[in-house]
Amino acid sequence: MIGLWIALGVVVLLALIVAGMYNGLVVLRKQVDNAWAQIDVQLKRRHDLIPNLVETVKGYAGHEKTLLENVTKARARAMDARSQGPGEQIQAETALGGALRGLMVQMEAYPDLKANQNFLALQEELSSTENKISFARQHYNDITTNYNTSTELFPRNIIAGMFGFTPRKLWEIEDAAERQAPQVKF
Amino acid sequence: MAVKQTYLDHIAHNRRVSVLLMFFMTALLGVVGAALGAAWEQPWAGVAAAVVVAGLLLLASYYAGDSAILAMSHAREIEKKDHPQLFNVVEELSIAAGLPMPKVYIIEEPAPNAFATGRDPQHASVAITRGLLEKLNREELQGVMAHEMSHVRNYDIRYAMLMAVMAGAIVLLCDFFWRMAFYGGLGGRRRSSSGRGGGGAQAVLVVVALLFAILAPIVATLIQLAVSRKREYLADASAVELTRYPEGLASALQKIAGDPTPLHAASRATQHLFICNPVKKLGDRDSVFSTHPPISERIARLRALASQSQPATAG
Repeated sequence: MIGLWIALGVVVLLALIVAGMYNGLVVLRKQVDNAWAQIDVQLKRRHDLIPNLVETVKGYAGHEKTLLENVTKARARAMDARSQGPGEQIQAETALGGALRGLMVQMEAYPDLKANQNFLALQEELSSTENKISFARQHYNDITTNYNTSTELFPRNIIAGMFGFTPRKLWEIEDAAERQAPQVKF
Repeated sequence: MAVKQTYLDHIAHNRRVSVLLMFFMTALLGVVGAALGAAWEQPWAGVAAAVVVAGLLLLASYYAGDSAILAMSHAREIEKKDHPQLFNVVEELSIAAGLPMPKVYIIEEPAPNAFATGRDPQHASVAITRGLLEKLNREELQGVMAHEMSHVRNYDIRYAMLMAVMAGAIVLLCDFFWRMAFYGGLGGRRRSSSGRGGGGAQAVLVVVALLFAILAPIVATLIQLAVSRKREYLADASAVELTRYPEGLASALQKIAGDPTPLHAASRATQHLFICNPVKKLGDRDSVFSTHPPISERIARLRALASQSQPATAG
């Protein structure tokens, strides 16, 4: 009789531990989803800004056709990639970021354009959106690393395997200049 | 992880000292209440009244302290269309710090300065003077706002806000008791000729007034120390952690330090809130009683961070 009670106790204890780990993983996965949603808001904002930017730039620097077309194409591709999973999306968005940076650098050579209030406002919005994307990406990578580690460490990896908690893809930084960051010490 | 641990410890510390501060305020008012009650031979009634007053004061300062400080500083809340760049910069940093977007205020003054206040990151405000806004480029503005957002994240704002309201309250009480002692003195003399108790009440008032006269400068000193060097250095370092660009904040600090315009919106009670001390422009003299570490030292530390590795391209 006592043996039965002990066995029951062990089963209940195990069930509680499993439930605890499962809930922990759910919370972490939710954080990853939220972090991704934050990036997504900014990516959408970038897509919304581009047509306006292209129109404004055309008026002053219409002959920069290839640059403008690159940006427009990259935008279209990035918008398509939204439905193709994070891997594709990250690749397309990185390409769009590169195309945009190229365009903005070239626009420095047009003083008339740089005096246009509309362009200046767009430039501010765009560079702010780029900053927000990179900050949101930092946040996403931190949260996701945390989640991924959790799904791989024993004994959580067993729970993760049983309930389909697969690791998420990090948004790696491909730009060498962006990779370097100063160390912070206290 | 080490950095994260540091600021989590710091948050816990700030929550503790905030509670201590509230206890101290209640105890102080309790003593005053007991003294006043004793004058009318009902010390416990005095204590009870004082505790009620303290409770109300603490509730008011916890929930409305930030509004009071912002109003005292003549800060005006803005929307995105009033200053898109400022708004964008604050939004970027709230994303970087993983915090909700604070309210943004502008102080219409030429002196360059900025501060943050509120009880927690969900109820936070950042304020900046027009002078600073016009002086800084985007990277510098980002540095300054990153410093302020670090104060928000670290809960420095809660402690500093309670400290500001408490200093204000003590100054008011001090004033009140001096007046009571003075007018009470005149009335007391009249009463002491006809009855007894009046003289005792007057004596107690004088003692309380004296107590506050002694206490006020001590509290002022406490405020000076409330913003320790550690707090400011930590906020500077956390700012760099957010922007990854030490030079932005360093050159902003240099511009602020180089401007001698006094800030009228700041007072003794609120001076410790600002990014650079707005009251005493004594330059770089460092002392135990400085609210802020010397700017030259802060700039040197930031530049040391910058030279450790090449800064990332600033967006």
